[in-house]
Amino acid sequence: MLSAFFASPTVQTALVVGSVVAAVSGIVGVFTVTRGQSFAGHALADLGAVGGSGAFLLGISQLWGFVLAGVVSAVAMEAIGTRRLEGRDVATGVVFGAGMGLTALFLTLDTLIGGSSNAAISVLFGSLFSLDTRLVPVIVVLALVTLMIVAVIWRWVSLETLDRDLAAARGVPTRWASTLFLIALALAVQLSSLSIGAILSTALLIGPAATALLFTRRLGTAAALAAMTAVVQVGVGCLVSFVSYDWFGGSSWPVSFTIVAAVFLTYVGARAVCALRGFAHPTAVA
Amino acid sequence: MSEPSPRRDPDVVLRARGIAVRLGGVPVLDDVDLDVPPGAIVGLIGANGAGKTTLLRVLLGILRPHSGRVQRPDRRAGIGYVPQKIALDPHAPLRARDVVMLGLDGARLGIPLGRARLRGAVDDALTQVGATEFADARVGELSGGQQQRVLLAHAIVSRPALLLLDEPLASLDPVSARDVVVLLDELRRQSGVAIVVTAHDLTLLLPVLDRVAYLAGGRAAVGTPAEVVRDDVLSALYRRPMRVIEAAERTFVVADEGVTDA
Repeated sequence: MLSAFFASPTVQTALVVGSVVAAVSGIVGVFTVTRGQSFAGHALADLGAVGGSGAFLLGISQLWGFVLAGVVSAVAMEAIGTRRLEGRDVATGVVFGAGMGLTALFLTLDTLIGGSSNAAISVLFGSLFSLDTRLVPVIVVLALVTLMIVAVIWRWVSLETLDRDLAAARGVPTRWASTLFLIALALAVQLSSLSIGAILSTALLIGPAATALLFTRRLGTAAALAAMTAVVQVGVGCLVSFVSYDWFGGSSWPVSFTIVAAVFLTYVGARAVCALRGFAHPTAVA
Repeated sequence: MSEPSPRRDPDVVLRARGIAVRLGGVPVLDDVDLDVPPGAIVGLIGANGAGKTTLLRVLLGILRPHSGRVQRPDRRAGIGYVPQKIALDPHAPLRARDVVMLGLDGARLGIPLGRARLRGAVDDALTQVGATEFADARVGELSGGQQQRVLLAHAIVSRPALLLLDEPLASLDPVSARDVVVLLDELRRQSGVAIVVTAHDLTLLLPVLDRVAYLAGGRAAVGTPAEVVRDDVLSALYRRPMRVIEAAERTFVVADEGVTDA
């Protein structure tokens, strides 16, 4: 069964893209959780879906729709101020709700006009097992760009997370630091949206990072651990989805479900291990 | 940033002249002058909203004043800043020593590698502020007082000429607050660093203050404590009767009206 799994070209593409996307999500996720910006991640997923669903109408790949809408939203959110957005629940909720509404409209039009009957599933729940192989190099390049941004602003963001004035006092261009991070976050979320869908993309962002942070106090270790955890979860998710085809006589579990299930179960398991060992909150000082 | 003064004066670490700031059209500071000599401790004293933090941000160079100019050391290494408090997730993967390390290389680009040679300086800074026992704990899990010591170590690790502290005593119990005052006094004696510290009350700081800037209504009364902490000077600044009371070898400043013996 494993040989059939690895022999399938669809699975090979899914594993390559899934691993790359998972590693990026895990690493960016550690910074996102540390900065308390999970909210921004959800917002970028919602707004990216507008682009992903709109792309079908223009006849271009949803990848470009996701990425364009994500990056534009990231720059706009930074211009308005993410901290301020968080303080304005109502206005923010209305804007993001409108985003999801627009997505619903585009998805309907995709089916009616564009004849893309699978657009809704593809945008909302991802297309890891139906990816155009020609997109693989593009996805890898976008992933590398994201990782490069994170590597370059690593220390700027660490300081800025601690305190914005403190970072500015040390000569960090805080505006650049937070804008570049939000762009990296947008890219990570959109690559994840492409793979497991706009609705589930933040699971891969937050889950592995939250799991890793239970086990280490070091930023570099947490990033590596989150990346590895996410890659394994995507691999396991792909495998379970693949073999579930035989369990139900020809209709397999969707891969986005199996991946998110792996993410969720890992986190619950990690919390349980920590609770048993009294490990999650090592007492700082006696 | 404000324009640097054309002539540098070696007798002061920091010199501010004619600082005026308006926030949202409201004047917060109006024509404030301040000199900070090397090794001095200068207190910026005033009530909430008096403009202490605003003045501190101008001195730090992260808020551009409406008018006036500031002569200050180079920001990257020359000034250490200690914010009043930080809001960090308890799980944030930053240990106390990582925060101190960022005081040396936080403005650099790229993933931090080859930091072993910086270890000694970090350990020294942690020892100086008495933070060695929680050096490996996550910063988000430390108490407010412990976080403040870590931030102080972060500020002094680059051996700055000037330290700026925002309300370091605000949320501390009296014993911890006195310990911080003693620590600041030790730091300036050992390293000759000049220290500017904001506080809403002067009593705890007065024994170590060389100069004081009392802020009220956008104006400042600046000078040595003997020149400023007087009934007449403070009454003129607050535009209402103020009393300076000496008791139990301490000095208290109180508003004089409305409190009378029956």
